[in-house]
Amino acid sequence: MSFLKIRNLSVVLRGTRHRLLRDVSLDVAATEVMGLVGESGAGKSMIGKAVLGILPRSAQVVSGTIEMDGVDLLSMDPRRRRALIGRQAALIPQDPLTALNPSRRIRPQITDRLVDILGWDRARANTRAEEILHEVHIAAPERVLGSYPHELSGGMRQRILIASAFAAEPRLIVADEPTTALDVTVQKQILKLIHEMQAQHGTALLFVTHDLGVVAKICQRLTVLYGGLVVEEADVRAFFRAPVHAYSRALLAATPRHSDPDADLTPVPEAVIAAVQDQVLAADRSWTHA
Amino acid sequence: MFLRRFLTRIATTLVTLFGVAVIVFVVIRVVPGDPIAMMLPPGATDADIARLQALYGLDKSIPQQFVIWLGGVLHGDFGTSITTRQPVLGLVLSRLPATLELSIMALVIAVVLGGLMALTGTRLRDTRTEGAIDVANGMALSVPDFLWGLVLILMFGVLWPVFSISGRVSPALVPQFHTDFFLFESVLRLRFDLWLDLVGHMLMPAVALAIPLAAIIGQLLKQSLKETMHLDYVTLARTKGYGENHVITHEALRNAILPTLTLIGVQFTFLIGGTVIIERLFSYEGLGNMAIDAVINRDLPLIQGIVLLFALLFTLVNLCVDLLYAVLNPRLRHA
Amino acid sequence: MLDGRSLVKRTAGLRLWLSVAWLSLLVIGAVFAPLVAPQDPLMQDLFTARLPPFWMHGAEPGYWLGTDSLGRDVLSRILYGGRVALIVALLAGSATAIIGATLGLIAGFYRGWVDMVISRLVDIWMAFPPVLFSILLIAVLGTGLGSVILAIIVIDWTRFARVVRAEAMAQGAMDYVASAQVAGRGRFSTVLTEILPNVLPTITVLLTLEMGIAVIVEAILSFVNLSISTDDPTWGGMIAEGRVSIHQAWWVLVFPLIALFLTVLSFSQLGEGLKDRFDPVLQ
Ligand SMILES: Nc1ncnc2c1ncn2[C@@H]1O[C@H](COP(=O)(O)OP(=O)(O)OP(=O)(O)O)[C@@H](O)[C@H]1O
Ligand SMILES: [Mg+2]
Repeated sequence: MSFLKIRNLSVVLRGTRHRLLRDVSLDVAATEVMGLVGESGAGKSMIGKAVLGILPRSAQVVSGTIEMDGVDLLSMDPRRRRALIGRQAALIPQDPLTALNPSRRIRPQITDRLVDILGWDRARANTRAEEILHEVHIAAPERVLGSYPHELSGGMRQRILIASAFAAEPRLIVADEPTTALDVTVQKQILKLIHEMQAQHGTALLFVTHDLGVVAKICQRLTVLYGGLVVEEADVRAFFRAPVHAYSRALLAATPRHSDPDADLTPVPEAVIAAVQDQVLAADRSWTHA
Repeated sequence: MFLRRFLTRIATTLVTLFGVAVIVFVVIRVVPGDPIAMMLPPGATDADIARLQALYGLDKSIPQQFVIWLGGVLHGDFGTSITTRQPVLGLVLSRLPATLELSIMALVIAVVLGGLMALTGTRLRDTRTEGAIDVANGMALSVPDFLWGLVLILMFGVLWPVFSISGRVSPALVPQFHTDFFLFESVLRLRFDLWLDLVGHMLMPAVALAIPLAAIIGQLLKQSLKETMHLDYVTLARTKGYGENHVITHEALRNAILPTLTLIGVQFTFLIGGTVIIERLFSYEGLGNMAIDAVINRDLPLIQGIVLLFALLFTLVNLCVDLLYAVLNPRLRHA
Repeated sequence: MLDGRSLVKRTAGLRLWLSVAWLSLLVIGAVFAPLVAPQDPLMQDLFTARLPPFWMHGAEPGYWLGTDSLGRDVLSRILYGGRVALIVALLAGSATAIIGATLGLIAGFYRGWVDMVISRLVDIWMAFPPVLFSILLIAVLGTGLGSVILAIIVIDWTRFARVVRAEAMAQGAMDYVASAQVAGRGRFSTVLTEILPNVLPTITVLLTLEMGIAVIVEAILSFVNLSISTDDPTWGGMIAEGRVSIHQAWWVLVFPLIALFLTVLSFSQLGEGLKDRFDPVLQ
């Protein structure tokens, strides 16, 4: 059974009928890594935000369901929903430089959820914080825990955010382009770390990225989005052997291959874009929601 | 780096204080009315006048007088009040606590009121309530403390007379304390009857002083809170399971406070300056009230002392805010 | 849904017009005071002392807003007091603006030691409690309208100097000023033709706000009995009298207070309104 189950989720720009997500359905099984790809503005982050209950005020869910471990989030009382999400899921954010509170030390930023939401006692939370920092290969956890974010490097901060996400042993982690803000040299290490942690903890992972190469490395399945519409959903191996949708094929052709980095890249052809846009329009025509 | 900045600050502060001293000294020496003549009975002779002038050093040239006065000041001697014939320093120090207590009470009220406005406005952002708060803040800002004082006198002194609108303490309760910090000492001595009486007297002038500052704090703090609410670490905290209230108070507030703090420093000096007329309005026996009497009586040494003390207070407040800023901002603390 | 922004925005125009309306009313009342005032503002008559306003029991026709403890008509005194307030607002406001802005322009454009001196003076001025400073100045200068205006100028020039200096510095750094200088124009003519027009909106806003401040300062000074001669009606003087007899005749305090309150509020709303209009970002 899938841990996360999204059905026909539509999100509009508040006060308009303009859809940012168009009848999205998506499943992530427990311990599975699901890649979410698509060009900029496709709605990848929007899905992640909807799952974690952090949609911007300007976005509004108008239909569909999001089930986490069999519980429908959208019909829940907001307070209980927040607590549930806090226990079951976590976010690895994109930019480590802005995702840590500059005026709080690292320790409380890792332990606050453990104490306030999971109800652990402080000593246990502190031990856990040290333990989890070890796991992400931070050599001097004591020192790091007592630091302020500005005293640490970007790579270090991203390690901390990863540790913080895993600290409460969530069942699902949403990682929204967790490496794009980092140095190229650090990117690889961080990616490896996330992969490693996911495997060790058996956490389901919803991994948002532009990069099909990354998907090939760490995901088991992937979903391709265009204009808020799910274009294709497939097993990663099958996908890279033979993508079904023309847009997916074009996207793949536009991605550099590690086996052959110097091969010519073809941008997504106009005709393919036109076709997928027609598909989006068709979806909107058949959308009868008031 | 930090130390150097701090030393430069102290140096400019000293220059400012010296400038204040010079200007007050010069301005006062131009006073046309002769204070000496006013002190003497009508039939006084020229010799009497000359003797008194010599006594107060008024027979020397202005630069000479300044040097003598400055020398005295550096030894803690601010001269003698012409009207009461008591040392200026003692007089001024006996009134300072009243003014300090009033100013600090006003500051606390302003911070609490302004903070509540900002928090409420942020919590209910983009609603009618936020709009109402903005309009109220705008009003409170455009009307100075003097007028708020009068409005309060009408409302709580006349229409619904629950607070005292004149004096510092009920005559029957005037305490014999070690210090003149009555409010503070009454708590230490567990004299809660006196404490309540003092607060009852102080509340209206303090609120009058606080209203404009509360509006400024409310406006600026709300603005920076709202900006902070969009930042990634706030969003991250939401995913941890925290609600709106917790996120505002635990994640956003600390970071939003810093810009407000610098502003409070400058505005607090304006508030202290405002005590002069507010104390007059509420017949509150503080430094400001004494200052106006001193001007009316042309009590030169006393005026000098008071103005200098005010200037010292202002510059000290600014210095404290700078320090506080450095302490609260982890980036500066470790730099 | 009506959100917070729109409530502020929607009422902005209304508040601006109400301010303009009140100030116009005040100007008309002050200019034509001899014609519209029902009584001689100075005439004392103990038989008509402490008459209440018209709707209350014991009121007398012709004394619409009642009389003070000397039997002088409150409405007439408010109208004549408005003259003093407006004259001070206009003269003190514009003189302060001219002097402060000139010093600010000079400091901001010429920099160097001139700027040093002016900036240091501003710092020193900031360390003075303004109310005490103004009272002190009046004590030195003697009471009278001229002294009040002079005191306001001496105290408040820094408001203009600080802001205009900063703006002139920002403007001076811009390309068009540099090119004007390269084109061989004199420095002073550059200041006048290139910088001044750009800081003029700011000066206008500050001036409007300053007029409100001047009205308050005058009221405060006459409240402590240090403004113009004690016989002439001023709002501050009336308020001081009203404060004393507040429990016997509240109207002596309330009506001048309302006039003062509305005037100060109107000037500041007008200033805020102008600021929004001049600021292209807020449009
Ligand atoms: N705060 C917001 N308010 C309104 N619309 C938004 C907001 N954030 C994003 N959108 C819109 O929602 C759509 C999907 O945005 P989303 O951020 O999910 O894209 P994305 O696939 O994550 O793109 P990227 O790769 O650039 O991160 C876009 O059309 C975007 O303009
Ligand atoms: Mg995104």
